[in-house]
Parts: sequence; structure tokens; C-alpha cells
Amino acid sequence: MNSSDHNSGLEPACAKLRRGSLMIRLIAISLVILGITGLFAYTAGWLTPNVLTPTRIIDRFEQVNGEHPGFRRNHAKGVCISGYFESNGQGVGLSKAVVFLPGRVPIIGRFALAVGQPYAADSAHAVRSMALLFKLPNGEEWRTGMNNIPVFAVNSAQGFYELLLASAADPATGKPDPSKMSDFLARHPESAKAIQLIRASTVSSGFGDSSYNSLDAFRFIDAQGSALPVRWSMVPCQPFEPFNAALSRASDTNQLFDALIADIHSHALQWHLIITVGQPGDPTAEATLPWPPDRRQVDVGTLTIDHVESEDASPARDINFDPLVLPNGIAGSDDPLLSARSAAYAESFTRREGESKNPSAVSTAQTGR
Amino acid sequence: MTNNPSQFALLSRILHWLMAAMLLAMLFIGAAMVASLGNYHRLVAIHRPLGIMILILAAVRLVNRMFTTLPPFPPTMSQRERFLASASERLLYTLMFALPLVGWGMLSAGHYPIVMFGPVHLPPILPANPTLYAILRKAHTILAYLLFVTFLFHLSTVLFHTLIIRDRLLNRMALWPVRSRKKTSS
Ligand code: HEM
Ligand code: HEM
Repeated sequence: MNSSDHNSGLEPACAKLRRGSLMIRLIAISLVILGITGLFAYTAGWLTPNVLTPTRIIDRFEQVNGEHPGFRRNHAKGVCISGYFESNGQGVGLSKAVVFLPGRVPIIGRFALAVGQPYAADSAHAVRSMALLFKLPNGEEWRTGMNNIPVFAVNSAQGFYELLLASAADPATGKPDPSKMSDFLARHPESAKAIQLIRASTVSSGFGDSSYNSLDAFRFIDAQGSALPVRWSMVPCQPFEPFNAALSRASDTNQLFDALIADIHSHALQWHLIITVGQPGDPTAEATLPWPPDRRQVDVGTLTIDHVESEDASPARDINFDPLVLPNGIAGSDDPLLSARSAAYAESFTRREGESKNPSAVSTAQTGR
Repeated sequence: MTNNPSQFALLSRILHWLMAAMLLAMLFIGAAMVASLGNYHRLVAIHRPLGIMILILAAVRLVNRMFTTLPPFPPTMSQRERFLASASERLLYTLMFALPLVGWGMLSAGHYPIVMFGPVHLPPILPANPTLYAILRKAHTILAYLLFVTFLFHLSTVLFHTLIIRDRLLNRMALWPVRSRKKTSS
């Protein structure tokens, strides 16, 4: 190589461009910049205002429930809990997740009603939920939110978005408009079937004797790397008692929560973690469909809840129970609700963490009645 | 031929294009994921480890820049242009560190586990705190958009020099060795 190549440096090639050529080049540069900007805007969803996004879902919660700064946009009324999970080792063959090794892991969590209004009165018909965070010894976490219904009412985020509006109270009458609901059910036969199943299930007396179900399917991955479709449930050790409307006092707006708090204050509550193993062909992307009742069920350990705390005092208030925060050995399925939940919960979390906090309706101090 | 003084050092050029691709990918992945329900989880799972890779490469790149001589600015660049070019480069370096650190910090403040892949995760770098999370989450968005705008500025000036002034500015960063010529060809 010739040394004169080196020290010459870059020299301007300032020979004048012809006008036409200059225009073409300027246009080319503008097109590149505009093209990249346009692609970015499209990617960010700015050019497609009718596509459903996490922002639009959470906006709809606020639209139908009103704004309640600082609170979860759904499951807004709740109380925080802690305790531990004692694995019996039966899960080791199903999943390599360290949570299934025999032994104890600490738990924090939250019981809630699936309502958007944090000060709504407790009702037997409101869906009850249990959200848990398992703190594994290697620093991993398993977060799960479960409901006391047998199947979920919708199979997609779009379905949820429409159902929210169809079941919202009409400002004129204060009641949902039945024609909107029947329109919704006609468009979503899977929801019509699921809602029938939900209505047919018997509701228990309170939080303590309810079963809580993952509803969405997940995958368990074992030490060899093979995957099994699963769903899981927390099944109570407390004996089931049907909800007794005669015993409920309309004046007590927190009756379900107060009973739960009194229960935990008097003795620890326990649930068995039951894993249901799906068979090939069982629907994993359809949370509205139950699995056949004869599927293998494995009891992998016991959950003990021995502390209850108001949201105002517990770190669980500021936790996003994102269903896809999973330890190695548990993974999401092809159920589209999972990623949609992850996205919507993140948006709800981001909004509420930036707002000033208001006291929870449920306090642990004034109970023991 | 490896130390042609009119080009950046080979390692600098490799890091430049690798990180350009990664940062641009991160901007698009980030923008797409927060607007997506169906792909949110898949994209976030790529976004976190890729962002941390960028943080590591940014450190390598900064050290590399401190220990190599930069090619001189071409004579076609005015004093003001040189100042703007240096300033935007400094801003780009700052953002290469700030964005992943803010991402990591906001997940720490949001009480999230910072999952990389499989069981591998990073420790929190900040205490869990709602207000801190909210501020950092906003900062992450603002810094990302600032990165995008700075990148557009950087790209348009390089294109302007290369296509209009035709001083072969792009050659300074070309991955292959480019011989500088005394005579222009046009
Ligand atoms: C696309 C459908 C769904 C949407 C849009 C949705 C929306 C939400 C939102 C916005 C929150 C509040 C999150 C927060 O701020 O932390 C929430 C909480 C919750 N969701 Fe869903 N959800 C959906 C499906 C489901 C399903 C299928 C289950 C199944 C069990 C479920 C169970 C829960 C539970 C247990 C909580 C409460 C967690 C807690 O106490 O913090 N959700 N949901
Ligand atoms: C290296 C450069 C990075 C770039 C260019 C980048 C870019 C972005 C962008 C453009 C968004 C969307 C912001 C919005 O529109 O609101 C975003 C969101 C996000 N980024 Fe990054 N990011 C980087 C690094 C990281 C790192 C290292 C982490 C975590 C370890 C991270 C975690 C997140 C999370 C969790 C979200 C938003 C999730 C949500 O709120 O739903 N980012 N990022």
C-alpha cells in the first residue's frame, strides 16, 4: 500500500452539484428521515388509533368506573396478606422450578374483589381474587393472580374491552343496559357459555373457603426440558359453606373483608396448591373453556396465610401481580390473555404508582366483630 | 492499513455499527411493546437483556474511545458544526448509559425481578418506591425519545455531508478500510 494514501486525509469533493442532482439528493435525505420517523410512529401505534392498546384498555376501566387515583384499575378493593408456601416435593417431576423443591418459601399477596371501585360495598357476586408472590431462595419470583370462578368470561383482551362497556352502568338509569349485554353475548358466544358456567357455580361464604383458579393455562418445564400444559388452583382446607344471603348485613360494606381479617387474626388459613395437568388437545388458548374433570391433579404443597395487613401498610400494594413474572421451569402458554394481562397491568401499575395514595377502604384495625 | 488516520479505529467502527443496530432495535422494540397487547411479553423479554448488553458495550466503547486517537474532523466541517457534532456525540454516549441504567433502576424501584434469561436475573440497584418508579418510568420514555431525535439529527448531518458536500464523511466510519484519495472522481 502506498503511503501517500495515508496522510492525505479527507478532502472535500466540492465540485458543484448540478441543480437537479442537488434536489434529488436533498429529497432522498428527507425521505430517509421521514421514512424512519413514520415507521417509528407506526410502530408506536400513533397511526392506528383504532387498534386496542394497553393505554386504551386502562382508559376504558377509568371510563366505566370513574377515576380513583392511587388504586388498581381493576381488583381495586383489597387487603394484603403474608405467610408461606410449604412444598411437599410432588411438583419436582412436573417442573424444575425451585419453588417445588421440598421446603418453605415466604409469600406476600393480596385478596381482592374484581371491582373497579375501591370503596364499593362487598357483594357475594363480585369475583374474589387471591394474588401471590412466591419469593424463591435463588432470588427468582413467581407471581400469580387467581380468581374464584371456574372459567374466565372472555378469551381475548378485545372481549374484555367490549364486556367492560356492555356491563357498565348506564348513567341515565344507574343500571347496565340489557340490550348492550345481549349484543355483546351475541357477538361473543364463547363468553355467553362461560358466563353460564360462572353463574352455575356455587359461591362460598367468604374469602377463606373459596378456591382460586389460574384460569389461564401455563407450561411446566421439567429438568429434561419437556413441557406440560397446566392450570393451577388454590383449594381451601377451610370447609366449604355456601354463601348465606340471610346472614349478610347490608349495612356492613366490608363484610367479606372483615370476616377474612377476623379469621386470619384467630387462626392461619390454608390452601392446597393443586396442579391440573392437561392432555394434548386440551384448550390452552381458551380461558373460557374448562378442561375435562378427569385430568391428573397433583397436590404440590400447602399455602399458609397467617398475617393480614391493610394496603396502606403493606409492600403488596406496590406490587404488580403480573402473571408472566415466572421462575425458570414455569412459562406462559399460547393463551393471548397472558401477554395482554401483562401489558394492561403494567399500564395500570405505572398510572397508580405516579398518583398520590388514598387510604384503602379495608382497614385491619377495626375488626374482630 | 489498519491505522488509516482518516478512519476510526477498527474496534470503534465495529462497536459503532453494532450499537447503532442494537439501539435502533431497542427504540423500535420499546415503542412497539408498550403499544402491544399480544406481543408485549415477548418483546419485553428481549428488551431487558438487549438493553443490558448495550450498557456493557457502552462501557467497552467509552474505554475504547479514551484510549484511541480520533481521526481529525474533515476540513469541510465548520467550527460550529464541529461543536454540534461533538455535543451530539457526548449526548449519545450519555444516553447509551442513562437509558439502560434508568430501565434497570425503574424495574428495581417498581419491585420487579430483573429477569435476563432463564433463572438469570440482576440485583436491584434502587429500593422499591412508588414515586421513584413513576419518575424513572417517565424518564425512560423521555430519554428514549431524546435518543431517537438525536439519532435523526446525527443521521441527517452524515447524509448531508456524504451526499451533498460529498466529503466522504461516511468513510470515516465504514467497516471496510477506505483509501482516501487526493483527487475527486466526479
Ligand atoms: C385481558 C383480560 C384482563 C384484563 C384487561 C385485566 C385487568 C386487570 C387490571 C387492570 C388489574 C389491576 C392491576 C394492577 O394495577 O396491579 C387486574 C388485577 C387482577 N387480575 Fe386481571 N385482567 C384480565 C384478566 C384476568 C384473568 C384471566 C385473571 C385470572 C385469574 C385475572 C386476575 C386478576 C387478579 C387476581 C388481579 C388482582 C391482583 C392484585 O390483587 O393485585 N385477570 N386485572
Ligand atoms: C439501551 C437502551 C434502551 C432503550 C433505547 C430503551 C427504549 C425504550 C422505549 C422506547 C420504551 C417505550 C417507552 C414508552 O413509549 O413509554 C421502553 C420501555 C421500557 N423499557 Fe427500555 N430501553 C432501553 C433499556 C432498557 C433496559 C436495560 C431495561 C430493563 C432492564 C428496560 C426496560 C423497559 C421497560 C420495563 C419498559 C416499559 C414497560 C412498560 O411500562 O410497560 N429498558 N424502553
